[in-house]
Amino acid sequence: MGTQTLYDKLWNGHVVHEESDGTTLIYIDRHLVHEVTSPQAFEGLRLAGRKPWRIASMLAVADHNVPTTDRTQGIADPISRLQVETLDSNCDELGITEFRMADVRQGIVHVIGPEQGATLPGMTVVCGDSHTSTHGAFAALAFGIGTSEVEHVMATQCLLMKKAHAMQVLVEGMLGKGVTAKDLVLAVIGKIGTAGGTGYAIEFAGSAIRALSMEGRMTVCNMAIEAGARAGMIAADDTTISYLKGRPFAPQGELWDKAVDYWRTLHSDEGAQFDKVVQLDAAEIKPQVTWGTSPEMVVAVDGNVPDPARESDPVKRSSIDLSLKYMGLQPNTPITEIQIDKVFIGSCTNARIEDLRAAAEVVRGKHVAANVKLAMAVPGSGLVKQQAEREGLDKIFVEAGFEWREPGCSMCLAMNADRLESGERCASTSNRNFEGRQGPGGRTHLVSPEMAAAAAIAGHFVDVRNF
Amino acid sequence: MDKFIQVDGLVVPLDRANVDTDAIIPKQFLKSIKRTGFGPNLFDEWRYLDHGEPGMDNSKRPLNPDFVLNQPRYHGAQILLARENFGCGSSREHAPWALDDYGFRAIIAPSFADIFCNNCFKNGLLPIVLDIAGIDDLFQVVTATPGYHLKIDLEQQSIIAPNGVVYRFEVDDFRKNCLLNGLDDIGLTLQHVRKIKEYETRRKLEAPWLFT
Repeated sequence: MGTQTLYDKLWNGHVVHEESDGTTLIYIDRHLVHEVTSPQAFEGLRLAGRKPWRIASMLAVADHNVPTTDRTQGIADPISRLQVETLDSNCDELGITEFRMADVRQGIVHVIGPEQGATLPGMTVVCGDSHTSTHGAFAALAFGIGTSEVEHVMATQCLLMKKAHAMQVLVEGMLGKGVTAKDLVLAVIGKIGTAGGTGYAIEFAGSAIRALSMEGRMTVCNMAIEAGARAGMIAADDTTISYLKGRPFAPQGELWDKAVDYWRTLHSDEGAQFDKVVQLDAAEIKPQVTWGTSPEMVVAVDGNVPDPARESDPVKRSSIDLSLKYMGLQPNTPITEIQIDKVFIGSCTNARIEDLRAAAEVVRGKHVAANVKLAMAVPGSGLVKQQAEREGLDKIFVEAGFEWREPGCSMCLAMNADRLESGERCASTSNRNFEGRQGPGGRTHLVSPEMAAAAAIAGHFVDVRNF
Repeated sequence: MDKFIQVDGLVVPLDRANVDTDAIIPKQFLKSIKRTGFGPNLFDEWRYLDHGEPGMDNSKRPLNPDFVLNQPRYHGAQILLARENFGCGSSREHAPWALDDYGFRAIIAPSFADIFCNNCFKNGLLPIVLDIAGIDDLFQVVTATPGYHLKIDLEQQSIIAPNGVVYRFEVDDFRKNCLLNGLDDIGLTLQHVRKIKEYETRRKLEAPWLFT
């Protein structure tokens, strides 16, 4: 069937049935489950007298509600506690593998899937969470679903969907020193907009993408959804394969060899056609900082807060006005003059070992500025935390005045006790700067781990390239 | 799922782009393990002047008089008129649950985020895409006309304005059929059990490591 994109290959490999209007039944290989979007699905299944189709495809973990401080007393908030206990009891009842809060393997669902080798190239991966796009870094077709679809996958191992259009985001060249995968993906979102990828599956390609580690690739695919695309993906190569070797859920022995042969086919064919191609020059990307309440509201660190008076489109002008009012910012303010109150290094975007190493390198031997009330480093999983501690990163953070926490989603969305107070401004390595996201009235600026670390030390945004 | 055939309802305009699911239903309400009861907390941070938490008596909370849903002329609205990229952000189905629980049956916008759009269809809530010109017209007339109603006819894929103007919209045949008949997706998929099992048998031979 001629040349195919990576998306074509992944899609075609999972078609169970196709209706005349293109609605397709797609088989799901891996179903990741967390506590927030699953209770109503388990309940629906029970009410209908149905059982999960393939329990071995499921892997569950509580991450949104878990405390990142001392866990020996359990979860203080009774509503949060009930939600986590509901996941525990559903998993117990059905025999679903779950990493409980005291398990060193517990962590953010999008960190532990790859870490365990539960995410593999060629898989379809779903989770009731929009950042499931993260797993596309492994040449998997991975996307977020709602709770009705969680129930649908549990009951049938399939999803009903229509094929999306294919977009290629081609980034050639080398990222400069101090410029990261996070800056790359923020620059992409700034270019195509927060709805630029709606209706598309995005493949990230080009020499700058191939040069990224798996951690960097996950950061990029994680934020495909912030450009509107349910799925982001990257071709499998040696970097992918060596990351997976020896992981607990990855195949071994003869099966490993067989799998690797297949994984090596998971790339877009030479000359494959995309519905849309967007190109960026890696060398031109600078460290990025968001200034508004949508991830597309982003500028380079050496830029200024925009002036709504210069925007001709009335809907856009009104969005800028509303954002600046919420963010408490004046038009034309240089980004490096924006003072911060809190720093959050964590989330499914940037809480892997490489992120923590990079941030620790920036704060080593320095101290958090006096105006910064709280700086937190929240590892993505218990295993990331353990690894970081083996490398002494925890000591570097603590000596610099950071709090070193237990793993979880934490202040990315503030469902647990970690949150901003109204009016507080945060340099955050997370993925969404929506109003109230990190706490009601809280003001979020999305940045890379290096930029967040540098801002913690300076007390305001600084260009990490000159730090 | 409730059927959606026709709705004749009061329209409320929400004039801002990129309304995200965190705004539609803030995270503290996602701790519920139920599907119902989210309506009073729909747009919580815009709708109330205080900070909302689960378990509060919402009827005693101070309302933000500037927020459009709180204006008496829009009480009982069933149709939400919105701007581009409505429902962006997280996959939380609590967003359509909250809109539905409040009493909305349809949302009209120039574009929707993919996951949100999907979630609406699963809950009998109809997301309608109209071109920008149609949306701009509707914002003007809704704002200028207290008690403005629209009639939505899914079978005909039409919105009928009181002055007789008809706006046609597209909807996927499969989803249209599910909404018109209130069909349960899972039940439909389970009609293909044999095909799912055949697929698994084939896939186990091709990629056995996926089934260990």
